[in-house]
Amino acid sequence: MRDALGSVGSVLVLGGASEIGVAIASLLAAPRSATVVLAGRHGDSLAEAASALQSAGAGRVETVHFDATDAASHDEVIESSARAAGGDLDVIVLAFGILGDQQVDEAGGDGAVRVATVNYVGAVSAGLAAARQLRRQGHGCLVALSSVAGERVRRANFIYGSSKAGMDGFFQGLSDSLADSGASVLIVRPGFVRGRMTRGMKPAPLSTTPEAVAEATVRALRDRSAVVWVPRPLRAVMAVMRHLPRAVWRRVPG
Amino acid sequence: MREAGGRGLIARGLGRSYGDAAQNGGGDVIDMTSCDRIEDIDLVAGTVTVESGISLDRLMRTLAPLGLWPAVSPGTRQVTVGGAIGADVHGKGHHRDGTFGSHVLSMDLYTPGFGRLSLTPDGTPEEFWATTGGMGLTGIVERATLELLRIETSSVRVDSQRTADLDSTMAVMSERDNHYRYSVAWIDCLARGASLGRSIVEFGEHATLDDLPARDRSPHRALRFGPSRQVAAPPWVPSGLLNRWSVAAFNELWYRKAPQCSSGHVVDASSFFHPLDAVDGWNRIYGKRGFLQYQFVLPYAQGDVLRAVIERLVDARAASFLAVLKRFGPSNPAPLSFPREGWTLALDLPVSFAGLDGELDELDEMIASAGGRVYLAKDSRLRPDLLETMYPRLGEWRKVRERLDPQGLMRSDLMRRLPALAERPSTHPPALATGFPLQ
Repeated sequence: MRDALGSVGSVLVLGGASEIGVAIASLLAAPRSATVVLAGRHGDSLAEAASALQSAGAGRVETVHFDATDAASHDEVIESSARAAGGDLDVIVLAFGILGDQQVDEAGGDGAVRVATVNYVGAVSAGLAAARQLRRQGHGCLVALSSVAGERVRRANFIYGSSKAGMDGFFQGLSDSLADSGASVLIVRPGFVRGRMTRGMKPAPLSTTPEAVAEATVRALRDRSAVVWVPRPLRAVMAVMRHLPRAVWRRVPG
Repeated sequence: MREAGGRGLIARGLGRSYGDAAQNGGGDVIDMTSCDRIEDIDLVAGTVTVESGISLDRLMRTLAPLGLWPAVSPGTRQVTVGGAIGADVHGKGHHRDGTFGSHVLSMDLYTPGFGRLSLTPDGTPEEFWATTGGMGLTGIVERATLELLRIETSSVRVDSQRTADLDSTMAVMSERDNHYRYSVAWIDCLARGASLGRSIVEFGEHATLDDLPARDRSPHRALRFGPSRQVAAPPWVPSGLLNRWSVAAFNELWYRKAPQCSSGHVVDASSFFHPLDAVDGWNRIYGKRGFLQYQFVLPYAQGDVLRAVIERLVDARAASFLAVLKRFGPSNPAPLSFPREGWTLALDLPVSFAGLDGELDELDEMIASAGGRVYLAKDSRLRPDLLETMYPRLGEWRKVRERLDPQGLMRSDLMRRLPALAERPSTHPPALATGFPLQ
């Protein structure tokens, strides 16, 4: 149960090896040694994230097997995560996602479909399962890691961008559906995050770090915001970008 | 109870607790306020039997004209008898009269385990005292018989004294409060440095007929108790109304206008006992983000810790307005009852204050290690790992609860937030069917 000042007793990270997901869990769990459940595909990287969390001050850390593309298993994953946490899930962070390689995926193969399946279909399925859990509990917050790439999809990365646009829209609607249930949704829209996922890429202007995203997320949770941009000026920047003429927008480089 | 779902149920009175004791996320909450009958008033014995959903407001309006008054009157009349038992509330008379629960002669408790039980402090001490202060988690209090105080008038005779700093506040209270039924100090939370802890200390006694002017001595006039209905703070009160400067100005004025020492001032019982009841929705003045209340008790020997806590809150400018300081008398046998012998301090803290969570977590630790505790009825953010240190008899209480409610049907958000209420903290995490064991 989150308390009046936003301290949590338990956090579940779906995509438990995600840098941003782990950074958020670490900030939330450290002050009071809260329980963290990491759900992901690779046991090794989860174990690594778990020991990092423990040395950062988290309390008990559990790991659960989770595959975003296996929609049929999502309800069971959420339920076993709640059991692992020993009660309710105060915050569920939906942190999984893949970037793909725009040029390669455009050319052929199953890469594009995979990006859409993980980032959108997986988010819909896991998001609904998580929301059902929070509705049963009557409290809790679902944090959805979206991206500014979804606010107006760009030529340079429209496969990834459209998957984020879809999941962002889905969580906006889910958020409205949870009004008066006691549960809530926080949509996080980071810009370019310098981290493992973007290694080797040239950072875009207003780029940020997993730690900064985590700090902004924890602050937004405390303030009970519905959407947060990281860094904050991106909100205004994107408001302008949305209205650029297509001929100009098309040329915005990747 | 049979229809309660998997997330249990909890009884709720008027919802004036500052925390989550009467909330049950995803589960059932039983509104008790329609069970508000007065079943019997015994004028000879001076007792009343009521259903638990009755408010103290209605009880006082009924009893005062009969020359009777609840033995314990908390800071608001807008609480139910059931809630007053569940939180084992106290008032300005604790140093003399103890808590609300200490004046309950008997009660009916509906329990998941045994159905209706009739509890008395002598016949069923374990169940009775586990329910008193048990935050509603042992069952549903259906009715109670209360021992009352006899009064000649519905007024209170107030003596007050202005003090210059914390030492003199504590000294004045220690010297004078055993001469009075009621006592409390209002500390100016904006005063720092040498005047830290400056206060107005109030002492009260139920006024006798002789205290009233001759024209007010007829029983009808002397015992009249009809506090006017509340004025409402409008929803549009600007949330910035309370800022450091406006509050400092208010406090300065309030402190200076108080006489150095006054005695024999006769006031309405309502303005002495329930100052906040005069304004409905007073909490709105704290704005949208609201506030929380922090109330703790420290043993008398820990005056230094008390000073350190006040200093930290005042220096951090976290405290707003006034804090209330009071001396508690001995505790009662209830394992989860908050009051114990010592100093208790209560203050409002605006949630908008940055870093409040970490600050209070540290204060929790100072208070717990000094043998003190935080009041659960007012708490909304206690560090869960300190509950058992603050309430060392928690294990004893849990055993009684397990007997009365073996399936753990009575549940609240308070219990979810402070899991030690439900079970001994497990040292071995449960094994998982799916998952990767660590190491």
